[in-house]
Amino acid sequence: MAGKVTQLALVDCNSFYCSAERVFRPDLKTTPIVVLSNNDGCIVSRTAEAKALGIKMGVPWFQIKDFAEEHGVVAFSSNYELYSDLSNRVMTILSSYSPRSEVYSIDECFVDLTGTPRLRDVTYEMHERVLKWTGIPVGVGVGSTKTLAKLANHVAKTHPRSKGVFNFNDLSITQQEKLLRQIPVDEVWGVGRKLTKRLVSHGVTTAYDLKIANTAVLRSEFGVVMERTQRELQGIQCIDLEDMQAPKKQMLRSRSFGKPVTNLHVLLDALSVFTTSAVQALREQHSTTSLIQVFLMTNRHRQDQPQYNPSMVIPLPTATNDTQVVYQWVSHLAELMWKDGYAYAKAGVMLGELAPESNQQFDLLEPRQRSNSKLMVAIDGLNARFGKGCVRVSTGGIFSEWGMKQQRKSPAYTTSWSHLPVI
Amino acid sequence: MQIAEVPLNEPVQVQSNPLRLDVCSWSVQAGFPSPAADHQSKRLDLNDHLIKNKEATFIFRVTGDSMTGVGIYANDTVLVDRSIEAKHNNLVLAVLNSEFTLKRLYKRGGVVKLVAENPIYPAIVIKEGDDFQIWGVVTASIRKTW
Repeated sequence: MAGKVTQLALVDCNSFYCSAERVFRPDLKTTPIVVLSNNDGCIVSRTAEAKALGIKMGVPWFQIKDFAEEHGVVAFSSNYELYSDLSNRVMTILSSYSPRSEVYSIDECFVDLTGTPRLRDVTYEMHERVLKWTGIPVGVGVGSTKTLAKLANHVAKTHPRSKGVFNFNDLSITQQEKLLRQIPVDEVWGVGRKLTKRLVSHGVTTAYDLKIANTAVLRSEFGVVMERTQRELQGIQCIDLEDMQAPKKQMLRSRSFGKPVTNLHVLLDALSVFTTSAVQALREQHSTTSLIQVFLMTNRHRQDQPQYNPSMVIPLPTATNDTQVVYQWVSHLAELMWKDGYAYAKAGVMLGELAPESNQQFDLLEPRQRSNSKLMVAIDGLNARFGKGCVRVSTGGIFSEWGMKQQRKSPAYTTSWSHLPVI
Repeated sequence: MQIAEVPLNEPVQVQSNPLRLDVCSWSVQAGFPSPAADHQSKRLDLNDHLIKNKEATFIFRVTGDSMTGVGIYANDTVLVDRSIEAKHNNLVLAVLNSEFTLKRLYKRGGVVKLVAENPIYPAIVIKEGDDFQIWGVVTASIRKTW
């Protein structure tokens, strides 16, 4: 065999928001749980027990409230403080397994385990350790590309015999084919509902069909993104670990610094540039974001220097494409992570959970619609005319909590002294 | 500056290269260098002292008086580390039939008990059929005295 097989793991938290609610509520171990979106609107997370009752994702809570309560379903408002803290714990544990990892979303992380000795034991250990240390159950899927890792993760979660861990690379060629034939094409990463319909009309119904489809036809009918997905299914890596903008679900701006940054104000200045650029691109494609990630990195080629590679994710109460709003959160996260005494070589801002502007859910109680959109248009115009970065937000923002309707919110167990769990 | 030359009835050309005015952010010392400069060290941090595994450590508030014998009183704060494998005689946060309880773990000769540190509470013997689980091991208790 030429070279080592790439062993890329995708670790995904099971029903993350619900699992997080269970950590401090052992009485709810087997109770069906759902977590509701902003203003207690729709179901955004549900446990297996809630799924078994037929409760669907995205359904407005008021529509099923009576049915759910009759069946003993417990509903929670989104508790961002709790989810962020538990997510950061999970991600820190996972990133200790490899120098190459990528936090993909609040509950998913890619970890490159290529060359790891006793790989099978290690993947089971990851699975057990995250559960034992944080109380959050995860699935571990391994493949030679991101797309295959994602599929393997799906298998790990849906096949009870896998016990939460599945490595696609362990299968023989015939077993791989058999498995891909069983997986409907809409389970493939980046293939949405719309595309599925069109693929099916071309006779592509399973992951295997997509893998062996005529590449030229695929490219001309569906574009290069689909071609890339096909190559990934064939085991050819097309989506790099740090190439986070994969299926236009996220916007990433990051850069290695010309010289190491050792001063918080300099870092904030860089982050404000990244933020301005990312949010402008967001507005250009008429999207909003509701998940912000900020990461800092020291120079990993300088092992003689102290290393520190923190990363934090925060889901937003309301989707936005307002530079000022996004920057307030970015700078807040950066200040939380900042530690003196390190030479930072790189930093970045990632905006996730992108959604079309028109889909935006407005908050009844939140006076966020002091619409800055005219200001944003003006800023974009000035930047186009006089050069990038000519006008941008400054650090003048004041971090503020958002008022929301959250009648079913659990305590901020791990982030507030006045909310400590009582024993 | 050439302010006077700018005609008031025409648009003003905006400089596209921002001019950075940096202020020196450190102070310059005069006189003798501090004799302590070579001995500088990080100030003691209670987190280092109390928390071995911060990813797995959680903080709880205590109620009740079942552990007063080891100096854990109501309203104290305890640190619980989930990564430690609970052994005989450890103070543990257990979950017994869906409820949290802070006790000493007894684990000898196939017998598992949760022992209170207060003579008015009898030990709880774990029976078959009990839903029993160790949530974590108590690694510190903190009481503020002022």
